[in-house]
Amino acid sequence: MIRFTRVTKEFPRTGVALREVSFHVARGEFVFLTGPSGAGKSTILKLCYLDARPDAGEVRVAGTSSVAIRGNDVPKLRRKLGVIFQNFRLLEDRTVEANIGFALEVTGAPADSIAPKVARLLTQVGLASKATAFPSELSGGEQQRVAIARALANDPVLVIADEPTGNLDERATRGVFQLLRDINAAGTTIVMATHDLDLVKRANCRTLELNHGSLVFDSGAAMLAGAPLAEGST
Amino acid sequence: MSLATREAFNGFRRSPVLSVLSIMTIAFSLYAFGLFGLVALNIRAALAQVEDRVEIRAFVADGTTAEATSTAAGDIGAFPEVQSVTFVTSEEALERARKDLGEFSDVFEAGILPASLDVQLKPGFRDPATVKAVADRLKTYDFADDVRYGEEWVQKLYRIRNIATLAGIVLGLAFAGVAVIIIGSTIRMAVLARAREIAIMRLVGATDGFIRSPFLIDGAVKGTLGGVLALALTWVSFSLITRFVITAQFFDVRLVIAGVAAGAVLGFIGSALSVSRHLRNV
Repeated sequence: MIRFTRVTKEFPRTGVALREVSFHVARGEFVFLTGPSGAGKSTILKLCYLDARPDAGEVRVAGTSSVAIRGNDVPKLRRKLGVIFQNFRLLEDRTVEANIGFALEVTGAPADSIAPKVARLLTQVGLASKATAFPSELSGGEQQRVAIARALANDPVLVIADEPTGNLDERATRGVFQLLRDINAAGTTIVMATHDLDLVKRANCRTLELNHGSLVFDSGAAMLAGAPLAEGST
Repeated sequence: MSLATREAFNGFRRSPVLSVLSIMTIAFSLYAFGLFGLVALNIRAALAQVEDRVEIRAFVADGTTAEATSTAAGDIGAFPEVQSVTFVTSEEALERARKDLGEFSDVFEAGILPASLDVQLKPGFRDPATVKAVADRLKTYDFADDVRYGEEWVQKLYRIRNIATLAGIVLGLAFAGVAVIIIGSTIRMAVLARAREIAIMRLVGATDGFIRSPFLIDGAVKGTLGGVLALALTWVSFSLITRFVITAQFFDVRLVIAGVAAGAVLGFIGSALSVSRHLRNV
């Protein structure tokens, strides 16, 4: 589903964000990305949905290569992905159902299919009764559920979550995480960046740990932090 | 209603103050352009009226037969530059002079003024060089005793006309340039106000073309409304000027339509530039 091959990314102001990072995530996996702030977690996620392009190396996501893709094809890739953020990124002046329906409308879904789909998604995330509420009327956990419903609107094969529980209390965190586990159980690959090591430990999922732009640990490859990596990867 | 149109109108609903400000800004920049246009139009009309008076007078020599004069008049009337040839008899010339001179009308006696062929030129042939060329050709006719056309006057008129045209083009372009910049900046504010929406649209896979379309509609609608408002302001100013200062001429229907259409086009172009810049930078 995702393959990073010796990926290096540098930003003009902040310098090197990733250095020769290589890893592979298979279809249906649930993978944590951990590491301190500035380690490169968000950069990896941005590269996954091609909000940034690698300076060197190749990123392959859902069959699309960062090397071969043309600018016009980026939207096509993004329709196969769902992205969620710590700060939810909801449109405050629209209702819950409008926020979710928006994702379907702007990707050209048939008008008559939108309402039933939104209702189904709201049921899936446990917010069927909040369809007409505005984001400001919801708790943080509920807002993140709306964001998840929006991310699922186009039936993604991969969900990319950037600190989705970062702004939530413990109870809401558990709820949102369980929701992501359920989505994963239904076959969707999930990559989730998080600072919450307790959550990581409890979950017992594959973990990729980054530090200073390098991949320093991959529980899937049973490597230890600090151990030498043959090619800085996997 | 398509999503793009709905989103464009939602933009008005969600940020009415910004929308009204945008329309007002567009209106005032087009209003300035409109006032300038009005001044240019009236200067042009005034010059055109003066230009209509450019004529060459060929005085008929004593003893020329009516037949010879008539043949020459027909001949001259066939020049490509000539609009009309009028034969003015000695009596008519006297009558005209008396009328022009008012209280001094009794200084003339019958027979003092010669008959003439008054030659009017077609529009586009009233520049000093053409007037001189035609006058020179008239001089070659036997009937012509003397040929006059106010050489200095024609040259001055054309200098003024050229200066007015050049100033019109330069100032017009400057006003249009300022209007485009102001409209572009105004719409950029609208784009920035909806940056979050644009980011989400991109994230869920909307194409740039799709993202752009509501803004283009928004820009064109605001441009049109700004154009209509500018037209109303220009009309009010025109009415006041006509009533209290000087009788002037207003734009004809074609120019009015062109002005409002220019608002729409400027709004559309301003939007297209602003959105494209924003999409490139995010």
